[in-house]
Amino acid sequence: MSEKNTDETPVVRMVNITKHFPGVLANDSVDLTLHRGEVLALLGENGAGKSTLMNMLVGLYRPDSGEIYVKGKMAEINSPQDSMALGIGMIHQEFMLVGNMTVAENIILGMKDLPFVPPMADIKAKITELSKRYGLQVYPDKVIQDLSVGEQQRVEILKLLYRGADILILDEPTAVLTPGEARDLNEILKKMLAEGKSAIFITHKMDEVMEFSHTVQVLRRGKSVSSCPTNTIKRVQDLANMMVGRDILFSLDRGPYKPTDVMVEARDITVLPIGGGKPVLDKVSFSIRGGEIFGIAGVAGNGQQQLTEALTGLLRVDSGTILLNGKDMTNKTPLQVIKSGVSHIPADRGRMGVVGDMSVGDNLSMKKYRTQELSSHSVINRSWVRKFADHLIDVFTIKTPSQDTSVKFLSGGNIQKTILAREIDSCGGILIAVYPSRGLDVGATEAVRQNLIKQRDKGNAVLLVSEELEELLMVADKIAVMFEGRIMDIVDADKASTERLGMLMAGVEREDV
Amino acid sequence: MRLALEKRDYRSTRMTVLVPIVSLLISFLLGAVVLAISNVNPLQTYGAMLKGAFGSQTKIQYTIAKTIPLLLCGLAVGIAFRLKFWNIGAEGQYVAGVIGITWVMQFWTFLPNMLLLPVGMLIGVLCGAFWGGIPGALKAQWSVDETLTTLMMNYIIIGYAEYLYINAWKAPRGNMGTVRYPEFAWLPRIWGRVHSGIYFALILVVILWFVLYKTRWGFELNMIGKNRRAAQCQGVSIKRNIILAMLVSGGIAGLAGVIDSAAVTHQLTKGVNSGYGFTGIIIAWMSGLNPFVSIVVALIMAALETGSDALQLMKLPAAMGEVMQGLILIPLLAGSIFTEYKLVTHTSHKEATV
Ligand SMILES: Nc1ncnc2c1ncn2[C@@H]1O[C@H](COP(=O)(O)OP(=O)(O)OP(=O)(O)O)[C@@H](O)[C@H]1O
Ligand SMILES: [Mg+2]
Repeated sequence: MSEKNTDETPVVRMVNITKHFPGVLANDSVDLTLHRGEVLALLGENGAGKSTLMNMLVGLYRPDSGEIYVKGKMAEINSPQDSMALGIGMIHQEFMLVGNMTVAENIILGMKDLPFVPPMADIKAKITELSKRYGLQVYPDKVIQDLSVGEQQRVEILKLLYRGADILILDEPTAVLTPGEARDLNEILKKMLAEGKSAIFITHKMDEVMEFSHTVQVLRRGKSVSSCPTNTIKRVQDLANMMVGRDILFSLDRGPYKPTDVMVEARDITVLPIGGGKPVLDKVSFSIRGGEIFGIAGVAGNGQQQLTEALTGLLRVDSGTILLNGKDMTNKTPLQVIKSGVSHIPADRGRMGVVGDMSVGDNLSMKKYRTQELSSHSVINRSWVRKFADHLIDVFTIKTPSQDTSVKFLSGGNIQKTILAREIDSCGGILIAVYPSRGLDVGATEAVRQNLIKQRDKGNAVLLVSEELEELLMVADKIAVMFEGRIMDIVDADKASTERLGMLMAGVEREDV
Repeated sequence: MRLALEKRDYRSTRMTVLVPIVSLLISFLLGAVVLAISNVNPLQTYGAMLKGAFGSQTKIQYTIAKTIPLLLCGLAVGIAFRLKFWNIGAEGQYVAGVIGITWVMQFWTFLPNMLLLPVGMLIGVLCGAFWGGIPGALKAQWSVDETLTTLMMNYIIIGYAEYLYINAWKAPRGNMGTVRYPEFAWLPRIWGRVHSGIYFALILVVILWFVLYKTRWGFELNMIGKNRRAAQCQGVSIKRNIILAMLVSGGIAGLAGVIDSAAVTHQLTKGVNSGYGFTGIIIAWMSGLNPFVSIVVALIMAALETGSDALQLMKLPAAMGEVMQGLILIPLLAGSIFTEYKLVTHTSHKEATV
């Protein structure tokens, strides 16, 4: 069954696709068409079925019913290899790199037609050439687990380019990127489109939709509710409205700034890298008061993650002091830190935030299982856990068939909501949030920001690491900018400007301004 | 048409039950092939094995008596495996337990008669725990690979046990083996060969099930086993739990040795490295680390061992039983694929794929 292959033939046509999961209708008769040289933005709330639809295009899932045509021919896509052979490649929401292998090894991993002993020198040369051509800086010999999330994503993109994909699917590619990196990605995309490639792009960021895409398609609860050229959309609100089926209020309710005592204090924290070299954290000092949101801005990979890990006891500091609620907590264990009232929303949700193979209920109780609230005399009370989990699922609107579902089966945004629910609920005074709104839809993002503010208004100290200046300016009271392991400057949020913060993030010192 | 494996959207519960059963059947089939090659009638042989394991009251008793240490070893290994700590040293921890109780039985004669057995058992368990704790501590402190350490430590302790029963602790008469434990310090039998060790094993099954599935510690072990880094972020100490789990694992393997020597062999002698510890690995794996399921699996394994004595009547080596045990593991490991993946057939559209 072939359609005529003219220039008009769409490169991808999905017809009447339906997909069930136990307890969920993830896709309900969805149609999707992608043309050559087109960027299609796929939008929808968390759990709307975007990732599922795309996973069927790359052979990770099979539709219950419906057909897929690629470049005019009906395609039977049963595995990622099949989709690769058709020129379709996907960057997943949760990266699929092997942590303890090098960049080059990851790029060739799973490729067919490789000789038994891969010619690594040639492969590396080709990687370097590709990375130059598209301006993607990667080092083929670095091990994945040593890379920042942004760097890992560049590896993912290279992997696709290396394999010659011309239909690219990007599942929330910019969720983990800095505005700068997102612009770079835009440039890379443009280069690729100019070469005749096409892309489907899932995102929750409305400005990106307007900027990058030609066509917008919106899913709501598994159904495709609209599809139109991007330039026919007048207002960002209209998009949000299409996604949730009602208007979203873009305003936050925040009380006056009433700082109390210092709750978090870092004095000259220094962390040296294992192999030697420039410090990862270089004499970082700051303090956070109760009733204050302290934002940390900076391009990812400038020490933010190490800073939060040092504060939470996950990373040893080589010198300096950490005081939490006035007590010296330098190099204490994570448990001691938790017991002193610290909650932590980690950067890497899949690896650090949840246990994918355990249920939503279990994951929600991973902080409180050791308290009187969920257990007595070392025995966990299952019925208390059930009540507790159902309550959090309800309050934080986590979309899951039941609390017994394994977390790994939730949509990306709902995994993030599970972490947020657990950490915000158990917060005992200090909340450390690293990219808390990453991967959330517009509605949920507002809810998270509102939640952070609620913590502040309650008198808690909040540390918010974010790459979005807009978010920091909206939510934080003070903003520190990190660059190469140092704090460049700390400014009051109401006196800060995007330009000034941008300069600091690029490493321009105060005196030079 | 072509066959392909497709990842299941969710783990199939039906498959988790079916796979062990089908694998067992397949391994018996494989065994039949091996038997046929050895020029015996497989059906007859299996019949003989079945009779050898359950054919009479005494045979049933033999089988149950073998089930006890096997079950305990399976439980021991299972605890470590929960943490993805590959303890293949239950064999050595078992031997350490036997050495411990033998030491007390031989030299702690100052104890009142009544205390000899309980103290001996306790010391034996501690020896097993110690022998398991060392690789645990090495892993926790310096990330030393546990598969190597636990395996190597088997050979160390087995060699030491040999030295003891051939040399240092050898009974004055005979050329190997220690003096037998005093009869008042034996674990009493309750039904023919079946001894009261069975109570320990069954009670332990219940306790472990409760600890693993109901308590905070069980929850922590589960977290560590399934995502170490996330567990750490939630304040669970990886080091502490690895050491703790290995102390418990080694202690239970030690208990297996203690019980078997206090109830069956009554001495430290040749054959103390019975292979129970290694079979325990198969049991833990096949039972899906579930203590209750372990009972059934241990019984099957024990039946294979007692049943294989019947093989000699068919003029086959008793080692055939071990061959069968090995054969069970292979289809099972291969079969575990089907809990995660399903087999699908595709009618190929040649024109469909570019
Ligand atoms: N393998 C799976 N097994 C069971 N349910 C699943 C599975 N994958 C997805 N789901 C369910 O299907 C629905 C759609 O999920 P999907 O991941 O496609 O959402 P999404 O639109 O990508 O959301 P997000 O923006 O949060 O990433 C969700 O309710 C999710 O729980
Ligand atoms: Mg998704």
